Amino acid sequence: MQLVCPAGNLPALQAAIDAGADAVYTGLRNETNARAFPGLNFSDAELAQGIAYAHARGRKVYLALNTYPDSARLAPWLDAVDKAAALGCDAIIAAELAVLDYAARTHPALARHLSVQGSATTAPALRYMYERFGISRAVLPRVLSVQQVERLCETSPVPLEVFAFGSLCIMVEGRCQLSSYVTGASPNRQGVCSPAKSVRWDEHPDGRRSVHLNEMLIDRFEPAEPAGYPTVCKGRFEVRGETFHALEEPTSLNTLELLPRLAQAGVAALKIEGRQRGVAYVASVTRTWRDALDRYRAAPATWSAQPAWQATLTRHAEGHQTTLGPYHRHWH
Amino acid sequence: MKLSLGPLQYFWPRERTLAFYREVADWPVDIVYLGETVCSKRRELSTKDWTALAAELAASGKQVVLSSLALIEAEAELGVLKRLIAQGQGWIEANDLSAVQLSRERGMPFVAGPTLNIYNHVALRLLMDDGLVRWVPGVEQGHGLIRELRDAVLAAGLSMPELEVIAYGRLPLSYSARCFTARALDVPKDQCGFRCIDYPDGLPLATRDGRPFLRINGIQVQGDEVTDLGPELLQLRALGVDVLRLYPQAKGMAEVVAHYHLARRSPQPPPRIAARSGYWHGEPGMHTTGNG
Repeated sequence: MQLVCPAGNLPALQAAIDAGADAVYTGLRNETNARAFPGLNFSDAELAQGIAYAHARGRKVYLALNTYPDSARLAPWLDAVDKAAALGCDAIIAAELAVLDYAARTHPALARHLSVQGSATTAPALRYMYERFGISRAVLPRVLSVQQVERLCETSPVPLEVFAFGSLCIMVEGRCQLSSYVTGASPNRQGVCSPAKSVRWDEHPDGRRSVHLNEMLIDRFEPAEPAGYPTVCKGRFEVRGETFHALEEPTSLNTLELLPRLAQAGVAALKIEGRQRGVAYVASVTRTWRDALDRYRAAPATWSAQPAWQATLTRHAEGHQTTLGPYHRHWH
Repeated sequence: MKLSLGPLQYFWPRERTLAFYREVADWPVDIVYLGETVCSKRRELSTKDWTALAAELAASGKQVVLSSLALIEAEAELGVLKRLIAQGQGWIEANDLSAVQLSRERGMPFVAGPTLNIYNHVALRLLMDDGLVRWVPGVEQGHGLIRELRDAVLAAGLSMPELEVIAYGRLPLSYSARCFTARALDVPKDQCGFRCIDYPDGLPLATRDGRPFLRINGIQVQGDEVTDLGPELLQLRALGVDVLRLYPQAKGMAEVVAHYHLARRSPQPPPRIAARSGYWHGEPGMHTTGNG
């Protein structure tokens, strides 16, 4: 299985390659990708440098173009496809039909991976993308159980990539309007969820803090309580008179213990989430998964998830908690 | 302008559902969307019941469209969809790409539901090649974005498919593998006891300072406000909207339909009967106050 790691900028890309990523995924500095955050992503020159760095070491670079352009804003997405081809990216990761269609017709030799944002969860959905746009790989939404992933590996027309570790979107990717409902900015259109400009932290005289997203209270915290980034899905709300994380706790996905099953199912690639995270995260998480994958390859029969690996991954997890998420039926 | 009754998003008891649609037969709606779009475990009505209901409503002069699940995970769910499409009795509302592909493979026309993510004229044209005959834009696509897309279609010398806009109801905002109703009731999804049947208008979720915010409806999350585009009728007409979609809510649907039926025959827009939709005006969806 290939290890695909996040690269929010050039130092992160180099760190991921040095730590053993088989491929890294990147984005440009505009709304063409789903991590359109200030201070993140690549200029053309940096991307060219990053590609040279990766290719010199026999690794691959993918460009995420996984947001949805409106009619009036199509040009930057199509330009980005041209750029990916010109700079020698190994694949684009896209979800939107116009972007995939343009890429397939204009640069047929440039590989097209279906992004998780494409919300394809079944063999017919994958067949659509394969027959229509010639995708050569698909990234699955984080909604399927491990049994469903295994089944889909058998019926999919293309190799599959699944999320292995990182922040957990609990909604079907490409189908979540919670950020847009509150802030007007959506992952689909603007490539952001809960944009920083809409976040307001207030510290009260007693040391408690509250956080609003565009005037909507997302959560309150006691003085010593850890506080995560305020996405709607990880806030605390009142339902039936009780206050709790009504949608999801701040936690990260960690599928390390499923590695043998995913490998045996024929999953082509494992994806690490986190282009918004720093170099230390990328290096440490990549190294851990590299080690786990190498040891599995060397001795699959005796492989088990080492406590040291799990400890490292938990340290990098949201709220220092991890979950098998949708892969495990109990999470549902 | 035609009126449609969108698919029932909630889980109502069998008798209530059947009684509701018996009334619908006499309402002045032109199109009725039937079927379960949220959770395949909701089986107060079987697929057979839904198709029988479809035949009855068709006999009373309605165009009936069978709506597919927004999220398909299990092989059994796919099997139901395949059978629906194979029957070939009418149009399908495709709420994911599985339904698009299965319709396309059989050369069947389909309505593109609001979760299909059609954001530009090229995507719309590609799907029209596949059999798209009517388009329901996503919830975040308001007047400005739909107009831009339509203008681009016309500028390319193409014609628009039928355009259907969500005019009334709670907006579906997201879907998950997780059932939030089961979570709120602290029961496992696999032994949920079908408790969402107790919340015929969804389960209210409020912020910690008591502001109504969202509605939990199984694996779906909706905005708390029922939105109403009636006052925007002139804009809807100018945009060339063919169909106004009214989502069933638990109370007063006969009155809502009557209100919209009167409105579509009047030159002047009707008074507001529910919240303004921020999305329609290019603002955050929850902005229910503002100009226009």
